[in-house]
Amino acid sequence: MKYIDEYRDKEIVKRIVANIKKISKKEIFLMEVCGGHTMAIHKFGIPSLLPKNIKLLSGPGCPVCVSSRKFIDQSISYSRLPDVIITTYGDLIRVPGSTSSLNKEKAKGADIRIVYSVLDALTMAQNNQDKKVVFLGIGFETTAPSSAVAIFNANKLNLKNFSLFSSHKVMPPAMKALINEGVKIDGYIAPGHVSTITGSAIYKDIAEKYHAACVVAGFEPVDLLQSIYMLVKQIETNDYKVEIEYKRVVKPEGNLKALKMLDEIFYLRDDWWRGLGILPKSGLGIREEYARFDAEKVFNVEVEETREDKGCICGEILKGLKTPKDCKLFGKACTPGDPVGACMVSNEGSCYAFYRYKS
Amino acid sequence: MKTKNKESILLGHGSGGKLSHDLIDKVFVKHFSNPILSVQTDSAIVSLGQSKLAFTTDSFVVDPIFFPGGNIGKLAVCGTVNDLAVSGASPLFISSAFIIEEGFSMDALEEISETMAIEAKKAGVEIVTGDTKVVNKGKCDKVFINTSGIGILDKKYLNISTGENIEIGDKIIVNGSIGDHGMAILSARNELNLRSNIESDCACLNHLIKDALEVSDEIKFMRDATRGGIATVLSELVKDKNYGLVVDEDSVFVNENVRGICEMLGFDPFYVANEGKIIMVVGKDDADKILSKMKENQFGKDAAIIGEITDKHHGKGWINTEIGGKRIIDMLSGEQLPRIC
Repeated sequence: MKYIDEYRDKEIVKRIVANIKKISKKEIFLMEVCGGHTMAIHKFGIPSLLPKNIKLLSGPGCPVCVSSRKFIDQSISYSRLPDVIITTYGDLIRVPGSTSSLNKEKAKGADIRIVYSVLDALTMAQNNQDKKVVFLGIGFETTAPSSAVAIFNANKLNLKNFSLFSSHKVMPPAMKALINEGVKIDGYIAPGHVSTITGSAIYKDIAEKYHAACVVAGFEPVDLLQSIYMLVKQIETNDYKVEIEYKRVVKPEGNLKALKMLDEIFYLRDDWWRGLGILPKSGLGIREEYARFDAEKVFNVEVEETREDKGCICGEILKGLKTPKDCKLFGKACTPGDPVGACMVSNEGSCYAFYRYKS
Repeated sequence: MKTKNKESILLGHGSGGKLSHDLIDKVFVKHFSNPILSVQTDSAIVSLGQSKLAFTTDSFVVDPIFFPGGNIGKLAVCGTVNDLAVSGASPLFISSAFIIEEGFSMDALEEISETMAIEAKKAGVEIVTGDTKVVNKGKCDKVFINTSGIGILDKKYLNISTGENIEIGDKIIVNGSIGDHGMAILSARNELNLRSNIESDCACLNHLIKDALEVSDEIKFMRDATRGGIATVLSELVKDKNYGLVVDEDSVFVNENVRGICEMLGFDPFYVANEGKIIMVVGKDDADKILSKMKENQFGKDAAIIGEITDKHHGKGWINTEIGGKRIIDMLSGEQLPRIC
């Protein structure tokens, strides 16, 4: 298959691995902060190919995983309101809240529907004028633009029954926070999809002030290994900078149209991240001008007190301080079929990827 | 109700993966427990006088009921025939029970029944009993079908369903491309606005299996890889056993169009449902003989040896990935796609 097979070529993979082995001397820690990377790394068995001194860590790159339990609890409260249709991407419905989950509410009769695009939710609102359609917006700069477009269009169509509950977040504050917290990270496998929107300049500080290597990587094995090679080279030569490996998609300036749309609808606000707590200006709130599409403003609900599970170390796993193997619940009380922590739910979550593909 | 269980049924309980297994263990096995049931193979093996019979049942709720490569009726006949055949039995009789929604098209019902008759004839089984129920509009979705089947089992195949005779070094065969059924159903649903030319692989495999059994006595295990895909069968095959298995990803055939949709949507074909694929474990010396016999059959023309039983990592299945890395195989957790069959 074109654009895939050439990036999975065994011979090229072998050559890059040999090159990595040739230049890699130090023990280094590389973190990926994109769920797509987590999945690809494990699916292709990348760690089994690398020398032992290169450690791969999974960071807070899975949108479902970093969202707060309060976000789930509040979504559950919305789902219990009369005439409300909750629309969401599939993973979210299985994430445990404090005492329930959207999945369980659905089994009890709440109208919760999985959509593949926020625009499907918009169409649903148009087709169900007697219902109120709420879309649960999660994800980083990658998914936020389509949420922005949905609100923009809802405004144009003058829809009265569509709203967004935003848990959208932006990535750079989390990448800086991890280093500030003392997590040992020598380099970032920077997110390919996020960077498609944002461009690569957003990582400049991370390379220059925080001295972490940054390479924007694609999602195929050759992309990932080439990016690891570029990271190792930066680290071994103490030459920290932002490079783009995923050049066939990512431009340094990003997608200007999408960025403009984000700015039109959203503003940066402080937001809570699992494992990292509240990070300044790390979340996307809906601007006052569009408040009538902001579920938080449209609905007034009581949300139960947040209860976290004892023993779940998702937070530390998201910071790369611990691996799923360190968790007492992993594979026993917490499995993809019956997850305790959010990292076990999403197929981009590190516990899930580790459980399924343990490489 | 005497007992108090506050849990509710979730869609994932019907996925055929981990949640289904938990449900079976915690509810059905708890109440129905008996030595025949507890073996938990595709068909129950029961004794009747001197004869051994294989007995199985299956319900079909696929959405949509008509899809490229088949319909719910074809699925019902093939599913039941295959459950019997993979136990080593020769399928003989099946039943068909219909639960129909008020207002359902008579024409569609005719078409489904006609397909069932054609498939049954091809497979050499007779539909000998049935039942019809109609429920109020909205109380079921169009039509659900339950089929049960009985086959006769030659005693020399008694251990096939449990895989008791599996040995280290045995080869693992699959009879063709994987993931076709799941992706055919997904594209047939309108949710994704996808258009593809993928056809379900839905087929009765009893003749293919008979051919293979005729050329070798070294077929030690068979299972049809339906919901949960071949990954689920492979991981169950080695679970708690004192052997492991390794599969070469390169040797597993995935049709280009199936692979395309999987890549686009993030599905792993190893976990996608099939309705005409079996995993077979065979003695290594007979593997080539069995393979070439299977290739003569239209449902085995792309059959391949995909891996082997190993002495390493007991209880685990490993894949040598297409790029030369290694990763583990686990059974499907949660639901991949509801109402796939």
